[in-house]
Amino acid sequence: MLESPKELSFEASKMALDSAGLTLKDIQSVVSGSAPDAFDGVHMKGEYYLDGMGAVGKPHERVYVGGGTGVFTPIGGWWNIASGLYDTCLCVAEEKMSPLHPHPQYAFWSIFDQILERPLGTTLLWIFSLEMRRYMHKYGIKEEEIAEVAVKNKGNAVDHPCAQLGAKITVDDVMRSEPICEPVKRLDVSPPSDGAAAVILASEKVAKKLTDQPVWLDGVGWTLDSTHWTNRDLAYPEYVEKAAKMAYKMAGIKNPRKEIDVAEPYDPFDYKELHHLEGLQLAGKGEAAKMTVDGVTQRDGDLPVCPSGGLLGVGNPIAAAGMMKICEIFWQLRGEAGKRQVKKDARTGLAQAWGDLMQVGTVTVMRS
Amino acid sequence: MTPGLSTRELMFEAATRAYEDAGIDPRKDVQSFVCCTEDFWEGISITDEYMPDQLGAVLRPLCTISSDGIIGLATACMHIMSGIADVAVVESHSKISDVVNPDEIASFGYDPVYTHHHFDADPRFLAGMEMARYLKETRTKRESCAQVAVKNKKNALSNPRGVHGADIDKGIVMNSQVAASPLTELESSKGIDASIVFVLASAQKARKLGDHPVWIRGIGWSSDTPVVEDRDFARAEYVEQAAGRAYKMANVKSPASYFDLAEVDDTYSYKELQSLEALKLASRGKAGKMVDTGAFDTDGRLPVNASGGSLGVGHLLEATGLHRTLEAVMQLRGQAGRLQVPRAKRALVQSWRGIPTATGAVAVLGN
Amino acid sequence: MSQKITSYPGHEITPEEAREGKYLDIVYKFEPKYSWAAGVAISRFLTELKDGKIVARKCYKCERILVPPRMYCEQCYRPTDEWVQVKDTGTVNTFSISHVGTDARRLKTPILVAVVDIDGASRGMGILHKLGEVEPSKIAVGMKVQAVWKRPEERQGAITDILYFRPIGS
Repeated sequence: MLESPKELSFEASKMALDSAGLTLKDIQSVVSGSAPDAFDGVHMKGEYYLDGMGAVGKPHERVYVGGGTGVFTPIGGWWNIASGLYDTCLCVAEEKMSPLHPHPQYAFWSIFDQILERPLGTTLLWIFSLEMRRYMHKYGIKEEEIAEVAVKNKGNAVDHPCAQLGAKITVDDVMRSEPICEPVKRLDVSPPSDGAAAVILASEKVAKKLTDQPVWLDGVGWTLDSTHWTNRDLAYPEYVEKAAKMAYKMAGIKNPRKEIDVAEPYDPFDYKELHHLEGLQLAGKGEAAKMTVDGVTQRDGDLPVCPSGGLLGVGNPIAAAGMMKICEIFWQLRGEAGKRQVKKDARTGLAQAWGDLMQVGTVTVMRS
Repeated sequence: MTPGLSTRELMFEAATRAYEDAGIDPRKDVQSFVCCTEDFWEGISITDEYMPDQLGAVLRPLCTISSDGIIGLATACMHIMSGIADVAVVESHSKISDVVNPDEIASFGYDPVYTHHHFDADPRFLAGMEMARYLKETRTKRESCAQVAVKNKKNALSNPRGVHGADIDKGIVMNSQVAASPLTELESSKGIDASIVFVLASAQKARKLGDHPVWIRGIGWSSDTPVVEDRDFARAEYVEQAAGRAYKMANVKSPASYFDLAEVDDTYSYKELQSLEALKLASRGKAGKMVDTGAFDTDGRLPVNASGGSLGVGHLLEATGLHRTLEAVMQLRGQAGRLQVPRAKRALVQSWRGIPTATGAVAVLGN
Repeated sequence: MSQKITSYPGHEITPEEAREGKYLDIVYKFEPKYSWAAGVAISRFLTELKDGKIVARKCYKCERILVPPRMYCEQCYRPTDEWVQVKDTGTVNTFSISHVGTDARRLKTPILVAVVDIDGASRGMGILHKLGEVEPSKIAVGMKVQAVWKRPEERQGAITDILYFRPIGS
């Protein structure tokens, strides 16, 4: 996009303020989220874009947990308010990946261990393809079943106004798409993108004055697993399970599969949606693929998943992508998602993001 | 410098000591871990990947705040105050010895469109400009800044951590090599390696753990505009704002007489004076005179940077704020040895994130 | 989107437009240089690699043998106790055939990358490395492999002292 990081942040913040009917004066603190500084090409980019976000003269902190940042940013806003220190908090996630040449992918080379891994010529796609293979092997899942997720999400994205890759495709299209890092193929992956998204959080008493339809952040959770990812069983995201349990406990959820009406798990790759659904306890181990094939996760299904179109369809500006999911759950719970609105009456929603070397899970449970 | 240890091994040592001091097992007793790091100082994108193991945080809630250490403390406080944690750990470190060309990285913090490429200069040029403006507007004497360096480096000689301690006079300081005029090298703190870990707990829990709790009575942080051309170079407005919030929380009505000691930012000599004025520990334009009369010496009216500050000990990047806090905590516990300020009960700590930022944090501590 | 939002700001540009110079841009290079201290554990690991050996650390409490070696056990949160030599053979835990390089450019010859669980270390203790001397279609999870080392005089004390792992029996 043409906009600079400051401009992207401004647009998102402004849209959020306008839609809440507030001005910057009403905001007491700001939490921002953005993934590697390497993309934008500025060191300490949290300091660089803070004026675009509206954080000048305010307490501002930038939270950063790799890809999990998007869902973690409102969690940062949550603790700003739940601590009692502030009543309103603006949470903005921004990502501008396009400045990095020759390809934004390159920034991910430096997430690997400098001594033991980078000399091998690492690329981000490796960890995903290695994990996908392990997941498929352990549970006997076929690539065609996984491809259904890409078909669903890209199809859902056609109804999202900001979608980059919304399209009606078929499993065949996915299977025939160019292999990038087998078993990952081109249509299994989300694109690098530029974007920003923002939400405004407020304490209970302030929220009730501002709107008749607040959406409550009832549960938050986050967990980081060991650096030594090659020592873990990649078939199951234990860190997502722990983060989810932390959020469920806080929200008083005992049976997630029954109590969660709509979910936006992180889907940078199609198999990731399945992987995460299992970690979130929304599907048994190895069973998420069948749920997808059976149509349970469609918008009119019993557990709609990624009705927005997810990262696969809308785009993947790392931190902003997670925030996009938060926004989607917000609109779904208020019945404002237009063509993307899920069929069932959605009262409880969940957004989840993932990041690092298959390490971090960040989860929020929202209720209307 | 610590070439024999990797960053992670350094953190393990610091964390082990902190946990021992607090009497906790991180695998069982801690509900939140907060790390303050910046990618480019580490040479790794997404630094939080490399944090959990050595802190005992595997499969536990750990997050990174790309901010100064004191803002990390504030985050941990918010975790505890929100009820999501009873015990929280904050860590930050500097492994500057791993960085071959730190100037390249510091320069990279400047605005890429308007600033970065037009000056093939030492990145400290901004500090030089700010210092010049500060001196002019507040009519502070040039020598008073040099006196800050003299005071802090002398103090550091009594600090077991005082790597850059020295017994010098103002003349030597002012005649030392120019860093970014009018700033000289001896007035510009130098980087060292360290890892600092704090264990925070709710009031109820803290009374059961450890022997010497130190209380955070107020904490505040703020950011001024990143657009350097828009700032008032003479004032540290971000410090004024942060201090305002911290003082309000701690119910500090007259800062100038409230504290027994202060550990404030002295990344560059003039910064100490500018910060003291912003913190209302000296009125505008008076900090220079006060440092000249010895008001801020260890045996003066208000010991400032009795530890030696960054000028005397060394600069710790994002961990600088935690360093200020560590020195203040040692004082409040009565464990500061030769540096001890007698009957220390209330301390002020303040930090700045370094050029080209205008972000800082303030904490009010008490025992 | 919320019904309140009627327009979506943002100017999309295409890579071609950017390349043609349709929009003003500033290009710069950033060259940070680092000299990372490997630390006690990895320094020893690299020194042993130069000698054609893979070493691990043992934690007496959980009795795990950890590779890559580390001076602290992250589960027990205590220092690890002993250096242990492990084998240079292992099992493929998972693998991938990569057709793109670090900067997303297409490669002529795909890289065969795998996580290899090392024999002699605790279960699941894998390292990231490449596979070689094998047809991509023949690679399978569970395959037994053996390290192929650089000639001793070419080794530098780096992970690349192992060229790749090849199937045992091939």
